[in-house]
Amino acid sequence: MKMEGTIDNKVEYTTWVEYYIGTELVHRSAHVTLKEMPTFADGVSGSIG
Amino acid sequence: MANSQAMCTSFKQDLFNGLHAFGTSVVRGTTAADSFKAALYLVSGSLGAGTTAYSATSEVSGTGYTAGGTAITSWNAPTTSGTSAYTTPTASFAWTTVTLSTAFDTVLVYNNTASGKNAVSVHTFGSQTITAGNFTLTMPTNAAGTALLQIS
Repeated sequence: MKMEGTIDNKVEYTTWVEYYIGTELVHRSAHVTLKEMPTFADGVSGSIG
Repeated sequence: MANSQAMCTSFKQDLFNGLHAFGTSVVRGTTAADSFKAALYLVSGSLGAGTTAYSATSEVSGTGYTAGGTAITSWNAPTTSGTSAYTTPTASFAWTTVTLSTAFDTVLVYNNTASGKNAVSVHTFGSQTITAGNFTLTMPTNAAGTALLQIS
């Protein structure tokens, strides 16, 4: 049996696939595409005086 | 035209290129770019802004996965757009034919040239497990607003 799914939100678009033999999971792969990263610093300089 | 207070955009780009050293700097043996790696971490980990270096604590383990993660082969040349400076790896991070049974949701990018394996950034995504399969992290578009590393 094959099962597939997706996650789609602001941060990622993910696809995954699972293969089962009976009830046993024999394969699972995932592909995550990162969409948008947070900005890591505020580019603001301090005032003088 | 009036003067305006700002952190210079070129400075942000220079930071990516290691041009400035306000504190005690490191001795660099070469002008070549450093090498970087990407390591996966379990959902139970506590990585974040306070992470200072690569650590095997909470790192995933399993068949086909090598501790320390995978090499990041190259980066787009740091560039600017508007008041942002940014860069992104040129290729996806990929782990093939692995089994990672314990849920993971984080990748740490760190400097593998630095002796301290200094941390660069932490990125999270939806929880995943892998069973005799592949895990691929495709990079975001290398542009202001989406690049993997951005200073704005």
